[in-house]
Amino acid sequence: MSSPQPAAAPEPATGRYRVRVATRTAKAFWLVAIVIIAVLVFAPAFASRPMLQDLILVFLLASLALCWNLMAGYAGLISVGQQAFVGLGGYALFALIIVGGFDPLLSIPVAALIVALLSIPVGTLVFRMQGAYFAVVTWVVAEVFRLLLAQWRELGGGTGTSLPRSATNDMIGLDFVAELFGVRSAAAREIIIYWAALFTVVLVVGGCYYLLRSRVGLALRAIKDGEVAAQSVGVSTTRIKFAIYLFAAFCAGLVGAIYFLQTSRISPDAAFSLLDWTAYIIFIVVIGGLATIEGPIIGAILFVLLRNTLSGYGPWYLIVLGVLGIGVMLLAPKGIWGNFSQWTGIHLFPTRRRIEIVSQASKDAR
Amino acid sequence: MILRLAGVSKRFGAVVVADKIDLDVARGEALGIIGANGAGKSSLFNLITGVVTPDAGTVSLGGRDVTKVSLRNRCVAGIGRSFQIPRPFESLTVFENLLVASEYGREHGHRGANELCGSILERTGLAAQANTLAGKLTLLNRKRLEMARALATQPDIVLLDEIAGGLTEAECHELVAFIRQLNQEGVTIVWIEHVVHALLSVVSRLVVLEFGRKIADGEPHAVMNDPEVRRSYLGIDDEVAA
Ligand SMILES: Nc1ncnc2c1ncn2[C@@H]1O[C@H](COP(=O)(O)OP(=O)(O)OP(=O)(O)O)[C@@H](O)[C@H]1O
Ligand SMILES: [Mg+2]
Repeated sequence: MSSPQPAAAPEPATGRYRVRVATRTAKAFWLVAIVIIAVLVFAPAFASRPMLQDLILVFLLASLALCWNLMAGYAGLISVGQQAFVGLGGYALFALIIVGGFDPLLSIPVAALIVALLSIPVGTLVFRMQGAYFAVVTWVVAEVFRLLLAQWRELGGGTGTSLPRSATNDMIGLDFVAELFGVRSAAAREIIIYWAALFTVVLVVGGCYYLLRSRVGLALRAIKDGEVAAQSVGVSTTRIKFAIYLFAAFCAGLVGAIYFLQTSRISPDAAFSLLDWTAYIIFIVVIGGLATIEGPIIGAILFVLLRNTLSGYGPWYLIVLGVLGIGVMLLAPKGIWGNFSQWTGIHLFPTRRRIEIVSQASKDAR
Repeated sequence: MILRLAGVSKRFGAVVVADKIDLDVARGEALGIIGANGAGKSSLFNLITGVVTPDAGTVSLGGRDVTKVSLRNRCVAGIGRSFQIPRPFESLTVFENLLVASEYGREHGHRGANELCGSILERTGLAAQANTLAGKLTLLNRKRLEMARALATQPDIVLLDEIAGGLTEAECHELVAFIRQLNQEGVTIVWIEHVVHALLSVVSRLVVLEFGRKIADGEPHAVMNDPEVRRSYLGIDDEVAA
């Protein structure tokens, strides 16, 4: 009995406990999700170009929103500087294509990797700050990058630049897609970009869900509930937060690269826009539901629908967004999905782990 | 020696919570700590685990100086600890609280976490609450969770801070039996407790603190009969009483 080994557990009790994560709704949902993804993959065959463009935007905004949500809603990192990584992703892509002469499609992941690498020193700097200071510093860093890239003459300096037609005309896969769908090269390019955006959002949703279901998800919630207590059970809080920050930077880099490949034009103001890449994203997360995976996706869809409906009304667009955002914060602080899932108990991405004690083996158990 | 404190001192402003404390704990030992309110007992745990860094002195664990090692790394090195004022992860269930600890604790990333956590839940009387949110527990169950979560890190040495208060006689009896068994299984115990009779039925050595100073250290009954201890902790002045 008196082995020197720490023996908090009694005799091996293999198979006495069963742990479940999935719920019935979630299982049904996964079937639906596979159908939805399949339909989206083939959408270029039947969807109009404006429709595809809207979907690209939904995918990219949802990806950013999911990352922001992962940081703010789970890791307690309130960043108002994600535009730094979106912008760097866009500029890295332009530099790879224009200066480096690389293929546009292959440049997308390379640009995102460059952004992830750059986010290591940036993260080391901003992680020295806590709370509100963290937020301010992330914004300052984004501004610094905006000013720095405005100095890059080869990429148009402060006014920005466009991708040369020659560079995008022989993009990998272009001829294949053009032939497959019987479209001209501009449309084919958009289809490839659409797929890249779809891939990104699936990657981000999958990545977030995988992370939250893994032990990292448990650790994140533990950190939120009590940092000292989390550390005292062995959770390395900064390491986990930093990893989340890197993941978010990589994804923002992907989004930036894809978005600016789509527009074919970049400028420091557009690339490092606080409004486009952070303010709207926060709006999306807040109306959809913070600290859920479903919320940011719903928020992004709603945002693009609103944008299309209100696009003719100029400043009213921003006013309606503001009023809506504040209204949701005051009346339904958990956001659309947060409230819905509270009323119905439905979770499409369940992370809660339930243990069942299978046999009644130990009668002395109290 | 699993734990050694050498000349550990700490003060918060004018309050001295640790005054040149020397303490050796042998592997497999069961040590009790008593002292009046504010004597510096919980602070001693904070110094041992790394929540607080000492102004002077060293803390070593298994012969390794860990004075500058982080809280997290000391857990991984084998210290488990319960907080006097429970700090459950409120948005996690009781089972998930244990799961984090077992996934990140001493043997992080190991297999068999479910089995380990399940058995600890049963042994600490929390099986019925396994899937309840920790934020919804009663104070008594929160204290149980503190101990259970500390054990889920699979510590070599576990520091327990006032876990017997408020228990019924029968519950207290069960707790004592459980801690004794843990100790027999090889876990070193350091237990701060105001419920002295419970403490004395487990520990083989007793330390008394007063204003951050160690005023007694030895065989429990001898320590309890020490005049200085009787005066300081029990408020009994033998000379006046005589
Ligand atoms: N972080 C801190 N900052 C300032 N003062 C502190 C801090 N931690 C503890 N103290 C003070 O140190 C003294 C000792 O506190 P400690 O919690 O160690 O006492 P204790 O022996 O555990 O008492 P109790 O029996 O009430 O739990 C108290 O006066 C307390 O107010
Ligand atoms: Mg105390």
